[in-house]
Amino acid sequence: MTAAPLVRQAAEVVLAMSLAPLFIGWIAQCRAWLQNRSAPPLLQPWRTLRKLFWKDATLAEHASPLFRLTPYVLFGTMVLAAAIIPTVATNLPFAWVADAIALVGLFATARVFISLAAMDIGTAFGTLGARREMMVGFLAEPALLMVFFNAFLISGSTALPSVVERLAAPPFIIYPSLAFAGVAFVMVLLAENARLPIDNPATHLELTMIHEAMVLEYSARHLALVEWASALKLFNYACLGFALFVPWGLASRDSGPGAVLVAVVALLLKLGAAGAVLALVETVSAKLRIFRAPEFLAMAFLLAVLGLLVHLLLGA
Amino acid sequence: MEMVAAPSLTVLLALVAGWMTLGLAGLIRPHHVGLVGRALFPLGALIGLGVALVGLAALRPDRLAEQLVLPLGLPDLPFHLRLDALSGFFLLLQGAVGAGISIFAAGYFRAGEGTAPGLLCLQYHVFLASMVLVVVADDAYFFMVAWETMALSSYFLVTTQHRIPEIRRAGFLYLLIAHVGAISILLSFGVLQGGSWKFTFDAMRGPTLSPAWATVAFLLALVGFGAKAGLVPLHVWLPEAHPAAPSPVSALMSGLMLKTAVYGVLRVSFDLLHSGLWWWGALVLAIGLFTGLFGVVFAAVQTDMKRLLAYSSIENVGLIFSGIGLAILFRAFDLRLFAALALSAALIHTLNHAFFKSLLFLATGSVLHATGERNLGKLGGLIRRMPWVAVLALVGTLAIAGLPPLNGFVSEWLLLQAFLSTPRIPQPFVNMLIPLGAAALALTAALSAYVMVKFYGVIFLGQPREPALMKAHDAGRLQRLGLVWLAAGCVVLGAFPQLALTATAGITRAAVGDAVRMGSWAFVAPLAPGQASYSGVLLWVGILGVVAVTFVLVRRLYHGRVRRTAPWDCGDPWQTPRMQDTAEGFGQPIRHIFGSAFRIDRELPSPWDSAPRYRVQIEDRIWRALYLPLGRGVQRLADAVAVIQGGRLAIYLLYAFLTLIALLVFVL
Repeated sequence: MTAAPLVRQAAEVVLAMSLAPLFIGWIAQCRAWLQNRSAPPLLQPWRTLRKLFWKDATLAEHASPLFRLTPYVLFGTMVLAAAIIPTVATNLPFAWVADAIALVGLFATARVFISLAAMDIGTAFGTLGARREMMVGFLAEPALLMVFFNAFLISGSTALPSVVERLAAPPFIIYPSLAFAGVAFVMVLLAENARLPIDNPATHLELTMIHEAMVLEYSARHLALVEWASALKLFNYACLGFALFVPWGLASRDSGPGAVLVAVVALLLKLGAAGAVLALVETVSAKLRIFRAPEFLAMAFLLAVLGLLVHLLLGA
Repeated sequence: MEMVAAPSLTVLLALVAGWMTLGLAGLIRPHHVGLVGRALFPLGALIGLGVALVGLAALRPDRLAEQLVLPLGLPDLPFHLRLDALSGFFLLLQGAVGAGISIFAAGYFRAGEGTAPGLLCLQYHVFLASMVLVVVADDAYFFMVAWETMALSSYFLVTTQHRIPEIRRAGFLYLLIAHVGAISILLSFGVLQGGSWKFTFDAMRGPTLSPAWATVAFLLALVGFGAKAGLVPLHVWLPEAHPAAPSPVSALMSGLMLKTAVYGVLRVSFDLLHSGLWWWGALVLAIGLFTGLFGVVFAAVQTDMKRLLAYSSIENVGLIFSGIGLAILFRAFDLRLFAALALSAALIHTLNHAFFKSLLFLATGSVLHATGERNLGKLGGLIRRMPWVAVLALVGTLAIAGLPPLNGFVSEWLLLQAFLSTPRIPQPFVNMLIPLGAAALALTAALSAYVMVKFYGVIFLGQPREPALMKAHDAGRLQRLGLVWLAAGCVVLGAFPQLALTATAGITRAAVGDAVRMGSWAFVAPLAPGQASYSGVLLWVGILGVVAVTFVLVRRLYHGRVRRTAPWDCGDPWQTPRMQDTAEGFGQPIRHIFGSAFRIDRELPSPWDSAPRYRVQIEDRIWRALYLPLGRGVQRLADAVAVIQGGRLAIYLLYAFLTLIALLVFVL
């Protein structure tokens, strides 16, 4: 293996790491505009991260090493996920290390670690958040896998580069099953990334929190890593959605630097549109009661299954 | 003469004899813990390694099956032994995992707990030896002898604490269902001999049964082995017997003994019956998926840590059987590569489960010894008192939750790949329904992560729920060694799944006529490289690398200063360990979502209670729907029969006389 693919891989990961907080900032901006507030600057998440990294970390006196390790693990899994998902180009060496099923597994690893860390301090809010996070997780994971199954059945492969190349290949085909899967995917994305209507990223009302309740005890660099990791997670989900449902514009296996440039521009456009849509969804929807979450995610699951049945019945 | 022809089997028999000797040696001074713990159990662990090596040797691709006839047993019924790849795989599992459990047991058993350590040592090694003999038996007679020895020795091990009535009851239930299963297996062998009246497996391989008789034999075997494996609805003994047994015995039963049932089903359906109908596979798949979901949902609401693990064993057995079902299904349609994939997935999950479930059962043993508590509601915060056990149990927890890059993920990944191949089945509707099975599998896997977070979080994390926990001590050296061995197995099998995949190649070639593609040293690509690939080792390297680099960069670019204070908890200064979620609390969403699966008996306090008490009891519906009516029916039948049992000798003589007359009339 030569160095060029590795450099490409590294460049893509760095791009993901730097764009992820900006994406969060962009959603916050869109939301503020929609709500007639004056918007925070786009770079605000980056500034927050820098501030947090400089602060002294405050730890609960009986926090175990697991608690201190978890932010690094979260960040590590999300960076790896970013290396696997084709955000700009499909010919990434690391993409063959783990396919889409392993990607779901990586997300689950992160979820289990953050839940365990939340239980580590032994406060009421921490365990409450952990329990809710795991509940949302076990409901969302099958739905996400079923969404992937739709794409797998069309492409005959679980490796993301093959899936994307198959879906993006001309001629332009609209797969009816992917329409169902797409809606299901958006629902899973909202649930898994602690967005409305399952969780409110801006909440400070303790009893309604999921993600915020879990990270209550984190501060400074640990909190920075946790927040960066969740920004990366949202970014990763968005890029997964692009790869499966709007795969056009990605640089394919044998394209030059020009195609990569086009791909980056396409990515920015897609991110801009996706951020606006997310902000709109969050502005018009209210948070569900926690025990309505199963219904929401069961619907996502059924939509994905419906997509599967459509694919199998129509043979398309 | 035969001795020379079968070197591996001879070595194996010598190893088994070694185990028996160790067991008997325990009887010399049955109350001497030093002798039993420091000498006999570690030696047993060494013998276990030997068994694993014999199994490994039998898995080499160029190896032919070895056969041996022992002039033991009844006249004209000598014991037949055979060692092929399938037996070798299970020997490897039993030896490697058994060695870890034995070395842990060396530091675990103490004097003054029920059965004397020496006697326990005998039962333990007889149990191990009988499991080895089950997988090399080559005739129905010897198989049943080994099978029953296994059941009886494990019964005595389960009832180690025989002074406690619940444990005696659990043991009885276990023995009962074990024997219902054994009868079913015996009947299955009776059908399999197909009129030849020869009970060697060689003779059974020969004749081709009519589909109807083959179905009867298969279903009987499924019931018989399913009772041992814990398939729903024959699972009821499992959550009773596993917690009752001492932890190393629970580990043996869950890690090894359940796997002999998997072996039995594989032996009957892929070796003795060389072809199958497709709906057998669909049936096994459906039962397996249902068992998996059932087990994990019940595991989520348990409050006893060993019961939780027992239900989780039911779940994993369900996953293994769903793989077997898929393999039978694919084989019936002659989709050999996919059948090989599903069978490999089932076998690897069997191996993986043996490692991580034994690890977790042993960890609960250490916790039990350190705290005297099995109730999750009275544990907590042990990661600070028992760091060794906590870290090693974390490996097992992540593995069983099916998370990459550990081994539990690999088998689930393979199983999902097999599910993805089902649309190729040329049977309408079946090929559409089965992808939905993948949804059940995904739900089961996701729920098992929930269960394991509950298990680990409540035991090891948080604050100690009882003051006594502050005095808990970490496991001793031998216990740690056992745990490290099993945890290392989980890590290695997760990083290099191709090792396990290579080991299954010979088995799948013999069973379904193909084997999955092997990929390279770093990658697993079971079907085709572009289609699906996974590399455990590179994932390890990636995660550890990113974590290390991030750690160093954060320290270098910023700083590593830390201040320790009281927990924040939104500024609430009144925090007690009682405010944490209990096991019931953590299981509450499951009770809410899957409410109809349970029979919940709940007592809520009234708002005006000065000393409120909350009580909830969760029962298995199957117990009331199936077993109690069955028990009542048997009782009624027995009562009806008891009418003719007057208790007077004259009446019994009359019966004998009448029978004689009836027989004479019949004969004449």
